[in-house]
Amino acid sequence: MSVDVLTPTLSDNWDQPDAWKIANYVARGGYEAARKAVGMDPDAIIGLVKDSGLRGRGGAGFPTGVKWSFIPQANPNPKYLVINCDESEPGTCKDVPMLMATPHTLVEGVIISSFAVRAHHAFIYVRGEVLHVIRRLQKAVADAYEAGYLGKGIFGTDYDLDVVVHAGAGAYICGEETALLDSLEGRRGQPRLRPPFPAVAGLYASPTVVNNAESIASVPAIVAKGAAWYKTMGTEKSAGSTLYSVSGHVKRPGQYEAPLGTTYRTLLDLAGGIRAGHQLKFFTPGGSSTPILTPDQLDVKLDYEGVAAAGSILGTKALQTFDETVSVVRTTLRWTEFYKHESCGKCTPCREGSWWLVQTLRNIEQGKGQEGDVEKMLDLCDNVSMKSFCTLADGFVANITSSIKYFREEFEAGYHTPAWELFPYEKSVYFPYERERITVSEGAGE
Amino acid sequence: MSGHEFVAAFDDASGIDSHDDQTNIGEQTIAEMRQIMARYPEPRSALLPMLHLVQSVDGRISDAGVQICAELLGISTAQVNGVATFYTMYKRRPAGKHHVGVCTTTVCAVMGGDVLLDQMKEKLGIDEGETTPDGMFSLERLECNAACDFAPVMMVNWEFMDSMTPEKANALIDNLQAGREVHSTRGAHITSWAEAERVLAGFPDGLADEGPTAGPASLAGLQIAREKGWTAPVPPSPAAVDGGKPNER
Ligand SMILES: Cc1cc2nc3c(=O)[nH]c(=O)nc-3n(C[C@H](O)[C@H](O)[C@H](O)COP(=O)(O)O)c2cc1C
Ligand code: SF4
Ligand code: FES
Repeated sequence: MSVDVLTPTLSDNWDQPDAWKIANYVARGGYEAARKAVGMDPDAIIGLVKDSGLRGRGGAGFPTGVKWSFIPQANPNPKYLVINCDESEPGTCKDVPMLMATPHTLVEGVIISSFAVRAHHAFIYVRGEVLHVIRRLQKAVADAYEAGYLGKGIFGTDYDLDVVVHAGAGAYICGEETALLDSLEGRRGQPRLRPPFPAVAGLYASPTVVNNAESIASVPAIVAKGAAWYKTMGTEKSAGSTLYSVSGHVKRPGQYEAPLGTTYRTLLDLAGGIRAGHQLKFFTPGGSSTPILTPDQLDVKLDYEGVAAAGSILGTKALQTFDETVSVVRTTLRWTEFYKHESCGKCTPCREGSWWLVQTLRNIEQGKGQEGDVEKMLDLCDNVSMKSFCTLADGFVANITSSIKYFREEFEAGYHTPAWELFPYEKSVYFPYERERITVSEGAGE
Repeated sequence: MSGHEFVAAFDDASGIDSHDDQTNIGEQTIAEMRQIMARYPEPRSALLPMLHLVQSVDGRISDAGVQICAELLGISTAQVNGVATFYTMYKRRPAGKHHVGVCTTTVCAVMGGDVLLDQMKEKLGIDEGETTPDGMFSLERLECNAACDFAPVMMVNWEFMDSMTPEKANALIDNLQAGREVHSTRGAHITSWAEAERVLAGFPDGLADEGPTAGPASLAGLQIAREKGWTAPVPPSPAAVDGGKPNER
C-alpha cells in the first residue's frame, strides 16, 4: 500500500478554527478512543501500543508500550504518569504548536495511557516560558473535568483520574526525565542516579512512566484505528507518523508531519528549498545534541536506524538548516554556550568541560585561537563524553566533534582570522516571514 | 500548621536584615498558596508554582516570599533559595511591567536574533538583565524558546512574538510604551509579566480562547498536504481495528 508523502495525523486538525476547544475536538470524534479504552483490559492497551511500534518521540526512541509494561503492577505504591512538555532542546519546536492547537489530543492520550498503566494521577510538566500553551492546557484539562472525562468515575466507569498542569521555571535540564521528576517534587532539577529507573522508583519514589508529549498524543489514533493501521506508516522498526520541524535558511520553515523514514531531501523540497541564491551547508537531524550532517546525507532515511547508520541520532527530528553564509565556529560556540548555561552543575566533566570549551571556542571565533586548540578541544571532549552523569554532556560533545569532523579548517582558521571576517554575520540574517505584521488594535488602551 | 501560626512567624521574619524587604503578600496570597499545595499528593511539589505566585504579587522573588514558602512547606529558607536560584524564570530583582526576551540560541541568532538583541538594548537603553528606570521594561537574552520555525523570535511576558524583524521589534516596544493593545502573534493580547506569572502559578486568566489555533509556520506542511490531497492512510476496514469503531475520515 502506498502512503502519501505527508500524513497529517497529530496535526490534522490544526487548520480548523478553534481546534483547541473541547466541542470542536469532540465533533471530530475526539474522546471516542478514550471512551473505548476505559472499557478495555489495560494490558490489552499496552499490547496494542507495543504492537503499533510507537517509539518515544522525546529523543531516545524507546518503545512506548514496552516502557509501560515495565511498571511493576504488584508494587503497592500509587502509579504515576508524567508528560514531558519541557521542549527545550535547541531546534525542537513540535510539542509547543501541537499543544497550542490541539491540547485535547494530549489529554485524551493521558487518559488512555494512565488507564493502561493504572495511574490515577497524571502530571503535565510544561516549560514555563510558553504562556499560551499553558493557558490552553489548563483550559483543556478544566473542560475535560467538566465533561466527566477526568475526575471521579470517568466515562461512567469506576476509574478515577486527576490531571495537573504544572509549569516549570526555566531549565533545559528539566527535560531529562529524572531531573524533571526532581523538579516536579519541588527541588532543583538535577538528574538522579539510575538505577532505580523511574518505572520502579520515580515520582515520590513510586512507579512512574515519563513520556514525551508527542508520544502520548500519538496514542488516541492508535487506539481508534489500530496497531496495523499505524504500522502502515513509517519503516519496519520506526513505525508511524511524526512531526518533523524544519527551521533555518529554508523558504518555508515549519512543521511537516510525515511517516518516519522520510528523507531530508523530500522535506527540504516541500519547505521550498534553501533561500534563493544560497546552498545547504549543514543541518542537524534531531536538535543540537545530535551530530550535524552535510548535503551528502540528504538521502538518509530520517528514522531511528537510518540516522544512526549515518553517524548521528534521530533525536527530536528538529532539522535546523544552515546555508553557506554560516560560520560553523559561530554555531558551535553558540550551542556550546547554551549547554554551559544549562549544565546543572552536578558533575565535573560537564560543568568544567563546557566552560573550557566555551573559552576555547570564543578565542577561535575571535581569531585568537592557539595552534593545537582543535586537538585540545577533541581531547577535552573525550574526557567529557560518556564520563558525565547524564547525556546533556554527550549532546554538546556530539555537536562539537561532528562540527570539527566536517569543518576542521574553519576552526583552524580561527588561529589567525575572526569567524566574522570569513563569514560576515550580516549575510546570514534572514527573515522568512518578513511580510507579516504584529496585530495592533489602534486606539485601544489610552 | 494553621494559618494563624504562620502569620506570627512572618511578623518575626520582617525583622530579618534584608536590603529589600517589601512585600505585598497577605492572607489572600497565603490562601492561594495553600490551594496550590492541595493540588499535589506531596505539598513540596507546589514550590515552583508558589514561587511563580510570589513573583506575580511581589514582582520578584522577595525574601518574604521565600520565608513564607519555607514556612508553609516546612522546609528551610536555604532549600527554597536553592530552588529559586536554580531556575532562570525567577528574578531576584524586580522585572519590568513587560518582560522582553530575545532568543539568541543558534537558529535565531544567525537569522537575526543577535541584531534584534543589540537593537533592543539601544532602544530600551538597558543591558540584558536590567529594568528601565520607569519600571516599564526588563530585557533578557533567551535560550531556544521552542519556536525555531518562527525565527527570529522574541517573547513579551512569555507570549510569542514570532518572525520578528527590526521594524516589528521597534513597533512592538513603541506600542507597549504607549499603552496600546498589542497581540501576541500566537497568543492573547499582552497583559503584564506579573499577570503571566499568576497563570504559571495555575490561576487561569480566562484568555485561553484568544489567538489563532496555529501560526503560519506550524501549518506549512499541513497546507501542502491539503493542496495535494495527502492524508494519513485510511484504516482498511472497521473489522481490522480490533473491536473498535474507526474514526470517519
Ligand atoms: C538534557 C536532556 C533534555 C531532554 N529534554 C527533553 C524534552 O524537553 N522533552 C522530552 O520529551 N524529552 C526530553 N529528554 C528525554 C527524556 O529524558 C526522556 O527520554 C523522554 O521524556 C522519554 O519520553 P519518550 O519515551 O516518550 O520519548 C531530554 C533528555 C536530556 C538528556
Ligand atoms: S552531565 Fe551536565 S547536566 Fe547532566 S548531571 Fe552532569 S552537570 Fe548536570
Ligand atoms: S533558536 Fe530561537 S526559538 Fe529555537
